[in-house]
Amino acid sequence: MSNKSNKALLHLTDVSVTVENKQVVRGLSLTIKAGEIHALMGKNGSGKSSLSNALMGHPYYTISAGSAELMGQNVTELQADERSRAGLFLAFQYPQAIPGVTVANFMRSALIAHRGKEADMRGYRKELFAAMDELEIDRDFAGRYINDGFSGGEKKRLEILQLFLLQPTMAILDETDSGLDIDALKIVAAGINKFHTAKNGILLVTHYQRILDYVIPDYVHVMIDGNIVKTGGPEVALELEEGGYEVFQPAKTAVGA
Amino acid sequence: MSENTDQLDRAVMDAETRDSTASIGSNYAEKYGFYDEEAARNYFLKGAKGINHDVVENISRIKSEPKWMNEFRHKSLDIFLSKPMPTWGDTELMNTIDFQNIYYYIKPIEKSARDNWDDVPDYIKNTFDKLGIPEAEQKFLGGVSAQFESEVVYHSLKEDLVKRGIIFLDMDEGLKQYPELVREHFASLIPPADNKFAALNSAVWSGGSFIYIPKGVDVGASPLQAYFRINAENMGQFERTLIIADEGSRLHYIEGCTAPIWTSDSLHCAVVELIAMDNAYIRYTTIQNWANNIFNLVTKRAIAKKNATVEWVDGNLGSKLTMKFPCVYLSGEYAKAEILSIAFAGTGQHQDAGAKVIHIAPNTSSRITSKSISKDKGIASYRGMVKVYKGAKNSKVSVECDALLLGSEARSDTYPTMEIHEDDVKIEHEARVSKVSEEQLFYLTSRGITLDEARLLIVNGFIEPFTKELPMEYAVELNRLIELEMTGSVG
Repeated sequence: MSNKSNKALLHLTDVSVTVENKQVVRGLSLTIKAGEIHALMGKNGSGKSSLSNALMGHPYYTISAGSAELMGQNVTELQADERSRAGLFLAFQYPQAIPGVTVANFMRSALIAHRGKEADMRGYRKELFAAMDELEIDRDFAGRYINDGFSGGEKKRLEILQLFLLQPTMAILDETDSGLDIDALKIVAAGINKFHTAKNGILLVTHYQRILDYVIPDYVHVMIDGNIVKTGGPEVALELEEGGYEVFQPAKTAVGA
Repeated sequence: MSENTDQLDRAVMDAETRDSTASIGSNYAEKYGFYDEEAARNYFLKGAKGINHDVVENISRIKSEPKWMNEFRHKSLDIFLSKPMPTWGDTELMNTIDFQNIYYYIKPIEKSARDNWDDVPDYIKNTFDKLGIPEAEQKFLGGVSAQFESEVVYHSLKEDLVKRGIIFLDMDEGLKQYPELVREHFASLIPPADNKFAALNSAVWSGGSFIYIPKGVDVGASPLQAYFRINAENMGQFERTLIIADEGSRLHYIEGCTAPIWTSDSLHCAVVELIAMDNAYIRYTTIQNWANNIFNLVTKRAIAKKNATVEWVDGNLGSKLTMKFPCVYLSGEYAKAEILSIAFAGTGQHQDAGAKVIHIAPNTSSRITSKSISKDKGIASYRGMVKVYKGAKNSKVSVECDALLLGSEARSDTYPTMEIHEDDVKIEHEARVSKVSEEQLFYLTSRGITLDEARLLIVNGFIEPFTKELPMEYAVELNRLIELEMTGSVG
């Protein structure tokens, strides 16, 4: 870790997130530097997906307090599309189906958005197919409608395909491992490892330790009730696997406090 | 499998070739709404405004028509004059049509229907050049007809299609060269008394296409296209099309329409009749893209005989009021009808579109798919009629209406009517109204796509079941047209 750059890609200080006036993330701080992989682990409802969505700019999730900086820039000043073009990416837990819009057309629009309207797109087909081959996605998917009738595993692979093509600086992968059988998990994990370089950062949001056997994190954070309660190396994930989240449960404060 | 590969190729090719942002910021006025002043200065003949028997007589005399047609016109005018305006539909808009403030016949050049592009005067060529007609002709069309105001000014048919006995003429020329064939079928499906606008067309019709496909001939791979251009203000365009596909033949016919933007209204009032003999196949594709001051009141009807198929693929953009309900009579056993339509209505527009299918024979099937988009204060109506006669056993009917609303003031209405007089039928009917979802928009914008473009992608996705039925050039063009409508710069 010592030879990695010190540049902070994502810098969260005391971030709170609210959904419909309910606070779901409470004063969370986290810094991810170039070259690092962080795993954010927590049970359903711990606030990890809310944090992911809020960072990407989902209109229902508000960063209500604290500061969130993406490469030194305050993200709350940016719309979702601007955050994406600034280098942020979110692989969704539940990717949306968009009937009638083909994967090929969608990815082309996204790439032009990133590269500029004057970008030379003549090699696009090759680029798309190469990425699909790499992730073992049937080329037929280029002509299919986005996530329309896709299985859970196919949806997750499509998310990684987008990660590959858009090459973000900071990628948040929200439960990309859930719903995958072991073969699909290995392909997705290989994809993530292939994507990862000393220049980008990954926040791997997950419920289970399983994917961490294939994508080795530099740091593991345990999230409970809207905040990080423990940070450590990969061994933390193993502790979780053995003892469950209860081990990290902070001492209960008085009810109603 | 090959179909899959085709679709894939097309999706990737489409994604590679289309420039989805090319026309953002441009508008209808620039692309289609231009007015050809020189053509207007050079009109060979421009009658007075208004409608009466003299106008009808004049048209008939200029065209040196046979007596039966002359009588047909006058009789039709009487029907038009005596018939009240429809009492259904958007009567408020319809009743603003001032029939006396319209030019019923403008002959743009002396010699019509030239078959050599070089003989067409430059000032008219410019218009069709701008609209990309000669380019499409060279690329993939089997034949082209270009109508300017009341007359077809240019016309072509590839030599191999001529050799195979295909007839593709403008209607006036068809009447001259094939009087018996025309007399047998003309107005056989849409008599003048059918409705007030059909009566008006019957009285003053001019131009349009006459097509005959001989037995067993397949034109499918190289469609024939007609392009209708209104140039003058307060113009009435009344083309009349008759297509006869003889036994076992196949045809794909495409029509496109545009007009300049004027402050006062113009009228487009066509009549189209299709006759599909036993085992024949006709697909009739329309991409109309009228300026927003056009009343577009069109009657389209087809008959499908034994084991024949008729498909109406109907794209309705632009116009102030469109009333169009393409119809198929399924008169022979195993005949099939497919009516696939989209309509886009923005503020100040009412798209009253739909379909009509009459099952007369047993084992017939029909499928109606209607997609509409209403934006801002636009109104889109689906008006459908399916009738199954007693004895049309084992018939299948499927109706699907899908409306997308953009904005809280947009409106969508459905008026489905079913009259089923036979018990042994299978009927499916589905209707949906939806809005663009926030989650879908977020998904697309999270990939760097702007909100406007994300919305456009979703809307184009909504009409994809329609677009994918079009030749690729038209699909790309249609997506661009939708984009123009979405940016709201039309008119």
